[in-house]
Amino acid sequence: MLKIKNLHTAIEGTEILKGIDLEVNKGEIHAIMGPNGSGKSTLASVLAGRELFEITQGEIIYEGKNLLEMNPEERAKEGIFLGFQYPVEIPGVSMMNFLKTALNEQRKHKGMEPLKSSDFLKMVREKKELVQIDSNLTNRSVNEGFSGGEKKRNEIFQMAMLNPKLSILDETDSGLDIDALRIVANGVNSLKSEDNATIVITHYQRLLNYIIPDKVHVLYEGKIVKSGDKNLAFELENKGYEWLAKEVSTE
Amino acid sequence: MSIDAQSIDLKDRYLDYFYKNLEYLKDGLPAYINDKREKAIQTFQKKGIPHNKNEAYKYTDLNSAFEKQYKNYMHPKKIDFNLDDIFKCDVPELNTHVVLLLNGWFYENKTPRRQLPNGVIISSFREAANKYPSLIKKHYNQYADSESESLTALNTAFAQDGVFLYVPEGKVMDKPVQIINLLLDEEDGMAQHRNLFVIEESGEAKVIVCDHTLSEKNFLTNSVTEMYVGQNANLDFDRVQNEHNGSTQISNIYLHQEKDSNVLSNTITLHGGLVRNNFYMQLKGENCENQTLGLYLGDRSQHIDNYVHIDHAFPNCRSNQLFKGVLDDMATGAFSGRILVRQDAQKTEAYQANNNILLTDDAKMNSKPQLEIYADDVKCSHGGTSGQPNENALFYLRSRGIPYKEAQLLLMYAFAHEIIGQIRTPPLQDRIHELVEKRLRGELSRCNYCEIDCGDPGKN
Repeated sequence: MLKIKNLHTAIEGTEILKGIDLEVNKGEIHAIMGPNGSGKSTLASVLAGRELFEITQGEIIYEGKNLLEMNPEERAKEGIFLGFQYPVEIPGVSMMNFLKTALNEQRKHKGMEPLKSSDFLKMVREKKELVQIDSNLTNRSVNEGFSGGEKKRNEIFQMAMLNPKLSILDETDSGLDIDALRIVANGVNSLKSEDNATIVITHYQRLLNYIIPDKVHVLYEGKIVKSGDKNLAFELENKGYEWLAKEVSTE
Repeated sequence: MSIDAQSIDLKDRYLDYFYKNLEYLKDGLPAYINDKREKAIQTFQKKGIPHNKNEAYKYTDLNSAFEKQYKNYMHPKKIDFNLDDIFKCDVPELNTHVVLLLNGWFYENKTPRRQLPNGVIISSFREAANKYPSLIKKHYNQYADSESESLTALNTAFAQDGVFLYVPEGKVMDKPVQIINLLLDEEDGMAQHRNLFVIEESGEAKVIVCDHTLSEKNFLTNSVTEMYVGQNANLDFDRVQNEHNGSTQISNIYLHQEKDSNVLSNTITLHGGLVRNNFYMQLKGENCENQTLGLYLGDRSQHIDNYVHIDHAFPNCRSNQLFKGVLDDMATGAFSGRILVRQDAQKTEAYQANNNILLTDDAKMNSKPQLEIYADDVKCSHGGTSGQPNENALFYLRSRGIPYKEAQLLLMYAFAHEIIGQIRTPPLQDRIHELVEKRLRGELSRCNYCEIDCGDPGKN
């Protein structure tokens, strides 16, 4: 589904990703872990098409297409979803109008008719239950005045509405209490299928108690320095990133 | 030729018109109105036409607008048409008393709508001046500043007609008054109408003003509207300015609020060549509430300038100025907001903000707050922003599949909503939402069934 080959990116001349190789297949959950500043969020933004970053080398092939040639909206229509670390507040744009516009744009791309209002509302009700989001939140402006936890749940709610093929969840666990974490993880798990894939980006192992990854990668100073199965996450949790830093420097 | 020399020539042209036509101007109007003309023209002679060397007109030079030769300055146009044929306002469920000003003259409709419930009067200013002399004399030129504002003085010198609205004590209007200002002529023209609204104690009124240009001629409007809002009275003043690029509109609003009154003024500038709105809001009693709001959308070489002056003279009043603009292409805008809190006006709350979205590098906005505070126990604030649409928000919307253009529109629409959402007449609010959306999309901004396509970007 996704092949990243030797990806280098820079912002204002500073190289952040220094040669990433990663392959994600249908039905898989990948976790990308790493200390602050290792480039995790940059990788997420680059996958979603943020133009802030310059691609200096490498390629990204998604479903056989060159992802780097697509703008953010095209990527979304092709099934890529980014769960933001810091969801943006947009006063004056109602959640419902936003969701409806997004959903219908994606349907148009697939050659489908816009959703009827009644069907749309039914879908909203169903998906809201999945993430136990407060009814009132969908009557407000996008993320405006939402608490940290509400914002994160709202990301998963949007993910459920848009039903993406590849979801990238950027630190979706940060700032969540244990109950909210469970709700978010439950949402992600129930959306999992044989046809889609998820990349979970996290600093802590905690989330991976609830979302069991098929593969764990450790990002360190712009490179994936170690890959393994879910046990790598526990090892990291016990030994800390210091351990890896030493291992990398002795290589 | 220097600007000053030009202004003198220009000024002389207007003085000339005045003295040559003085008898005509006076004809049919009572002495208490005519007596003010000569003093007013002297003020105009002294002050001249404002240009960019005047601090208040730093960003709006009116010389070029006054320089154009207008064929018609002060004569009513005898155009026979049925209002219903030419103008059908299609705002659904907006049930209003419609009155029409054609080139500044009250247009006598075939079905006069004078007999209003509750003793409310809507009529030609000219007619009212003769019919209700004591009432009009009490208010006429009492709030407008013909002593130091040259264009207000020019209007006082030339004023012949306009709209008079009267709401008696304790009466509530059954429905809003809708004043439609139409500019329609086969030659370039100037209009200087004079409106007077009197809302007596505990009265309530809603006034909706729509400005339209109907023919592709150059027009210059220099209007004065005086509004008296009595104790505990309420006035909503909603305005939609929608004129073509060949028009210059100078609107001078003078508001006088008595104790416990509440006024909401909302000016939506959809389209216009050069627009200068002057708002002089005087809070002349305790516990007044005033909201002076505006939204302006400019493109190509349009220029929109809002000049607001709020005068807090008594304690415990609240005022809020909020002006927001979206400027595209080479459009320019200006905002100047003055808050004056006089010494006795303790416990004043006065806020001001001016926010702008500039869609191109060539679009320009000049914004100037002026706070003058002489009382010590007040809450005042001001703030301004000018910038591009929020990049983070744009990316967020796009990352969900919403195309760039649509995402930008959603954001501008949301930006405008803060003003439109304040309109207290729901059908009008819905309609303005639609018009603004269409305008932002670059589609026609005229109302669907109105014959007037004043907002057609293909014209002029």
